[in-house]
Amino acid sequence: MTAPLIPSHYQIQPLSNGRLELQLGGDWVIGNAIPSLNEVKKSLYQYQNISYIVINSHSLGNWDSRLVSFVLRLTEVLSKDNISLDITDLPSGIQSLIRLATTVSARKDTHKKKTQPSFATQLGQKAISSMAEVQKFTTFIGEVYLSMARFIQGKARFRNQDFWQVVQECGPSALPIITLISLLMGLILAFMGAIQLRLFGADIYVANLVAIGMTREMGAMMTAIIMAGRTGASFAAKLGTMQVNEEINAFKTMGIAAMDFLILPRILALTLMMPLLTIYSDVIGILGGLLIGIGVMDISVVEYYLQTQQSITLVDWSTGIFKSSVYGLLIAIIGCMSGIQCGRSASAVGIATTTAVVRSIVIIIVADAIFTLLFESLGI
Amino acid sequence: MAQKAHITVNDLTMAYGDFVIQQNLSFTVNKEDIFIIMGGSGCGKSTLLRLLVGLKQPKNGSVFYQNTNFWQANEQQRNEIMRKNGILYQSGALWSSMTLAENIALPLAEYTDLSTVEISELVSLKLALVGLSGFEDYFPSEISGGMQKRAGLARAIALDPDILFFDEPSAGLDPVSAKLLDDLILELRDSLGATIIIVTHELASIFAIGNNSIFLDADSKTMIAVGDPNILLQESKDPKVRQFLTRGKTYLSEQYS
Repeated sequence: MTAPLIPSHYQIQPLSNGRLELQLGGDWVIGNAIPSLNEVKKSLYQYQNISYIVINSHSLGNWDSRLVSFVLRLTEVLSKDNISLDITDLPSGIQSLIRLATTVSARKDTHKKKTQPSFATQLGQKAISSMAEVQKFTTFIGEVYLSMARFIQGKARFRNQDFWQVVQECGPSALPIITLISLLMGLILAFMGAIQLRLFGADIYVANLVAIGMTREMGAMMTAIIMAGRTGASFAAKLGTMQVNEEINAFKTMGIAAMDFLILPRILALTLMMPLLTIYSDVIGILGGLLIGIGVMDISVVEYYLQTQQSITLVDWSTGIFKSSVYGLLIAIIGCMSGIQCGRSASAVGIATTTAVVRSIVIIIVADAIFTLLFESLGI
Repeated sequence: MAQKAHITVNDLTMAYGDFVIQQNLSFTVNKEDIFIIMGGSGCGKSTLLRLLVGLKQPKNGSVFYQNTNFWQANEQQRNEIMRKNGILYQSGALWSSMTLAENIALPLAEYTDLSTVEISELVSLKLALVGLSGFEDYFPSEISGGMQKRAGLARAIALDPDILFFDEPSAGLDPVSAKLLDDLILELRDSLGATIIIVTHELASIFAIGNNSIFLDADSKTMIAVGDPNILLQESKDPKVRQFLTRGKTYLSEQYS
């Protein structure tokens, strides 16, 4: 398609009075080897007492930025030794590019200092920034509280439509994944229990294990982890992108509290939906246990049902449901906070989403541990 | 100077699904033209640009790059053509997780076999060309909007493109910066010998640098004028074109003519 490249080459011709002629030939383009600056410089400096070098480009073929860059650097190097370079023979395109590149001189104050702080400094900075994080978090919690108070007084404004949309997103839309995970969770619990309980001939107690396991712990916990990954991340990404697009600022300058308008509906929706999803997850989990019960252990459906009914109390259900509500609140708060405090770039949105999910999951597990201790000591 | 066609568009229809935006578009962009795509808001200027650079497929018609039919060409030919295009997006579209130097170095590292040192020399040259010498280690978020645009331009010219596309280059720039950018575009056209295609509705730029143009109309969904914008201003009889090019002073200018 294109003609083969002619190798680039150069030649030096001494003229009179300490003047040299630098003849450039061939194609000086990307994709062709071009002589290195050092090499050319060395050959030029073989001659003594030079003060003026003129470029001759009669045999120059194609050229692109590589030649421009070469000439530019040659000029720089030579000017340090007070040798002037005459480029008037070069094609006018190169000359004007060189003029363009040298009109705005490099700003001296732009080069950033890159220093590696000492370990102690890093530790200190980490501590300070963690403190700042804690402060941000507590401030945010305070704002959420105030917003809730406004909501209860009927003063918080948000569009119903937005609220119901969030409800749809973090409720019904999550059902398929919750179904799958809970069913598998029930199967796993039953299977684990089955192997152990069979040793004692206590097969029927699989129903107890699954029912209590799902309602007290696993239902709420698995739903929370799914929702942290699904909805918490989506809150953070959505609000983060809105922050990047200055949509949040638009709310602020309109005098609309982003807290009431954007965050409150999300917190309310997730806190309301989590218990419902958890009840659903419990039921599906128990169904999963039933499948193992009738499939693997020859327990009849009625037997399994009655055993389940006997084994769990309303207290078991309600502890799970109560916990799930708290998890929902935590996930929504953390997701919204990461989003609203997001920086102004694509990577900041990524960081916000990651933070939201990681923090939510950590805090869910920690909260679960606290609840377990608390219920234990209260005897619930 | 014999004019050689660089891009030829034949009977082009562009649509989103069944919704036709523009149809019956036929025009030629010559080598080293500064070709302006103009028209009111929402007439499909940016869509036409996306179609020309190969981001969106036309519903009908063809786009020829010299003698190659872009949408009939195979993947490899298409990539080859796209690589010779430099595009400056409206907001710069710099990759935010990379420094300016890394932004410009990426295409060079991908498509050439230059060494790291050679690449960094070229990067410095490109930044110098757009007046951003010394900003190599800055992240896009650390510089102003105008600087981001110029850095975007430096990235667009990284591979010495044959064709440079600009999507509203002067949007969001102050008049002085906009003028400097226009000068830069002219300078680059002259020195790189590139063909320039600009989507804009900045009248000052249109008249200052454009030497060929098409005018898209949203109502009739086709082009209603083609040619040098300065001549269009003098000679066009179409009220919509006149209104656009005179900033709505149709009646006034008719009184004078």
